[in-house]
Amino acid sequence: MQFWIIQGLNSLSLGGLLFLLSSGFSLIFGLMRLANLTHGAFFMLGTYFGATALRAFDGLNIWVTALGAGIAVAAIGGLFERLVLTRLKTNPLGQVLVTLGMSFIISDACLMLWGGDSIPVPTPQNLQSPTRVFGFVFPTYRLVLVGCAIGAAIALYFLLERTRLGAMIRAGVDDRQMARAVGIPVSNLFTVVFCLGAGIAGAGGVLGGPILSAYPGLDADMLPLALIVVILGGIGSLLGAFIGSFIIGLIYTFGTALFPELAYIILFLPMIFVIAFRPQGLFGRVGA
Amino acid sequence: MKWIAATPLVALLLLLPFFAGDFYVNLASQILIAAIFALSLNLLVGYGGMTSLGHASYLGVGAYISALLTSRYGFGHGPAAIISITGTIAMAAFFGVIALRATGLGFLMITLALSQVLWGLAYRMSNVTNGDNGIAGLTRPMPFGISLDSAASFYRFALLVAAVAFLMMAIFVSSSFGSSLKGVRDQPRRMAALGFNPWMIRWITFIYAGFWGGVSGLLYVYYNKYIHPTSLSITSSAEALLGVIAGGSGTLGGPVVGAALVLLLKNYASAYLERWNMLLGLVFLFIVLMMPTGIVPGLARLMTRLRRGLR
Repeated sequence: MQFWIIQGLNSLSLGGLLFLLSSGFSLIFGLMRLANLTHGAFFMLGTYFGATALRAFDGLNIWVTALGAGIAVAAIGGLFERLVLTRLKTNPLGQVLVTLGMSFIISDACLMLWGGDSIPVPTPQNLQSPTRVFGFVFPTYRLVLVGCAIGAAIALYFLLERTRLGAMIRAGVDDRQMARAVGIPVSNLFTVVFCLGAGIAGAGGVLGGPILSAYPGLDADMLPLALIVVILGGIGSLLGAFIGSFIIGLIYTFGTALFPELAYIILFLPMIFVIAFRPQGLFGRVGA
Repeated sequence: MKWIAATPLVALLLLLPFFAGDFYVNLASQILIAAIFALSLNLLVGYGGMTSLGHASYLGVGAYISALLTSRYGFGHGPAAIISITGTIAMAAFFGVIALRATGLGFLMITLALSQVLWGLAYRMSNVTNGDNGIAGLTRPMPFGISLDSAASFYRFALLVAAVAFLMMAIFVSSSFGSSLKGVRDQPRRMAALGFNPWMIRWITFIYAGFWGGVSGLLYVYYNKYIHPTSLSITSSAEALLGVIAGGSGTLGGPVVGAALVLLLKNYASAYLERWNMLLGLVFLFIVLMMPTGIVPGLARLMTRLRRGLR
């Protein structure tokens, strides 16, 4: 019983983390029709930034760090979008390839700057004491992370559904040509959304740090998870990313706990089912 | 005319072991292996319009099956090769069914996800694949009793396989099936209206590309006598894709040139740099931004322009 509850909570926290990773990916894909393969590297960059800041300044607030790292990663993403991706507007394949190239550059730069050893990220002091859930002790930080993901999901929902910017983004997703024709600056929107997606990934990287710690190859571990989440949930759908994240979190956690060596295969089964019976994903509207 | 121009090249390839040192002969063998791999990927990318980022799966799985069968289960090289190619084909058929549910970016993401899953498996299933240590101490086969242990003999073997592969793929793309493949790439709906089955054409191509990927994997593991999960990694897929695109996708010569360039660059860079990935990323940016159609079509265009200028 304890096993199931503890692992259930673990899978929730992994799902929360995956949502922070894949929501940005999904947003970017929905608007820009761009499979951003740099996304895992953005996440890893956030983790390294967070690890460095939190270890350098004792008692630094993790939320402030996440915000700062998010902004820093968003700035890097914005530069990349403005300087490189906009030049390849008419070449969607080229865009994917440069995001791949960029991910190699970032991951190698991280290896150069931070070395090959994994760097643990300290858990915030006020969240170190465990919480009792149904009589079982559980790390408080992981629960907070779930709350964080839900908060981010609600914030993103309001941003997309209730603000002027969100309305413009939705217009761009639905019909880019028409949005341009009615005077929406779609090209600027691209930059905004790319920065936003990169920023969420970067902030998510910091928040995931205490669980995952920063190590070379983190990007290659996270990118396939993000891909599987969005393929499962439906590319470009926020709800799909949310549901998909928790499904994958659940499957991956229990898979690793029960069949450690087969976790990767188990992970890929739901993806096959969804692709076979609903290629656009659970909540996707457009086939990619 | 074209054939006469190719004669010196063929002669150079055949005679290479007589005047070049072992280092260069080995380098040439590696280029041949990379060229077969890039050519097989090019069937998908260039002729089929299916950009796969998971082609290393076929190289890696082909190599791993052969390595496991010969080192752990005492199979001879002949049966091991047959089983590993059959296995690779079966895997390509299965992966093709999944990945071809989507086209374009969806296809790319699914192939990438599938290959990352295999890469993860190769790392984690350490009781089978030996994980991060890889499988070492493998041997090279002895076809018809000829030892392939010297650089020159392995080079001749690789050259023979590469020549067959090149011809088979050239025949494939210039056949009527190849034409229908190009038709499906450019106008899938029209092809469907004409009574072709685009899905079937793509699937058969996917399997055929997987087959040659598996063949290059066999050569790869024979050459290195060692196999490591990195052969399944996204870097491995990306290197091949870079070769295809840098050389010129949808041409027969392009991927060969591109694969050779990527391999030479990697070899020379690793002599001076520890970090190949950074350079690989920068070359990616450069190629895509500066010569999106690749070197071979770029040069061909330059040649025709020069010829017109002379007239």
